[in-house]
Amino acid sequence: MDVLYFAWVRERIGLPRERVESTAATVAELVEELRGREERYEMAFSDLSALRVAVDQELTDFDAPLQGAREVAFFPPMTGG
Amino acid sequence: MRVLVQEAPFDLAEETARFAKGEGGSGAIVTFTGVVRDNDAGTLSAMEIEHYPGMTEKALREIAQQAVTRFELQDALVIHRYGRLVPGEQIMMVATAARHRRHAFEAAEFLMDYLKSRAPFWKREITAEGEAWVAAKDEDEAALERW
Repeated sequence: MDVLYFAWVRERIGLPRERVESTAATVAELVEELRGREERYEMAFSDLSALRVAVDQELTDFDAPLQGAREVAFFPPMTGG
Repeated sequence: MRVLVQEAPFDLAEETARFAKGEGGSGAIVTFTGVVRDNDAGTLSAMEIEHYPGMTEKALREIAQQAVTRFELQDALVIHRYGRLVPGEQIMMVATAARHRRHAFEAAEFLMDYLKSRAPFWKREITAEGEAWVAAKDEDEAALERW
C-alpha cells in the first residue's frame, strides 16, 4: 500500500509518501511496524493522540482494518478554514 | 454545488455575483471569506498551506453535500486555496443559498466549523523568527458538537 505523511509528520519522517509491504490487519499494527523501523518513525508516531489517520482518503481510527486498503495517510489535526 | 481547491487567488466579487445569479427561489445568500491574519506582533511574512490532493476535494464535497441536505440549500460554494499566502490575502470562501436567511447563515457556519477540522489542510506560519505549524485548537473541535 502507499503510506502518505503530511505537515510535521512528513518532516519528521523525511518523505511525503512511500510504498510499504505490510500484512498489518489494522492501522495500529501498521504503526507498530513503522515504529520498529527507525528512530525517525518512532519520533513521528510517539504520541498517537496528536495524530489523525485516513484510509483510502476517509478519516478513520487507529483500530480501523486495513484489508484491501490502497492508501493510508498520517497527519496532525487539520487546520483548514 | 461547486467545490474548488486551488493555488491561485479568486475574485470574491466575481464568485459572489456568479453564485447569486445561479438560481431563483433563493431568498437569502450568505458569503464568508477567510483572510490571512497577521500575528499579534505583526511579524507574519507568509502563511503556507499544505493539503492532501484528492482527499481534500472529496472531504469538501462531502461537507458541502451535508450542508445542502441539512439546511435545505438551493446551492453551496466552497473555494479553498493552498500554497504560500501573505497577510491580507483571501484564503477561502463559502457561499450558501437558501429560501430563508436563517438556513443560509447556519449552513455557512456549519461549513466553516467542518472546514476547520475535517478538511485536510495544514497551515504553517513564516515569521522573521522562524517557521511553525499552526496547532489545531480544542475550541475548533468542540465547535463541531454544536451540530
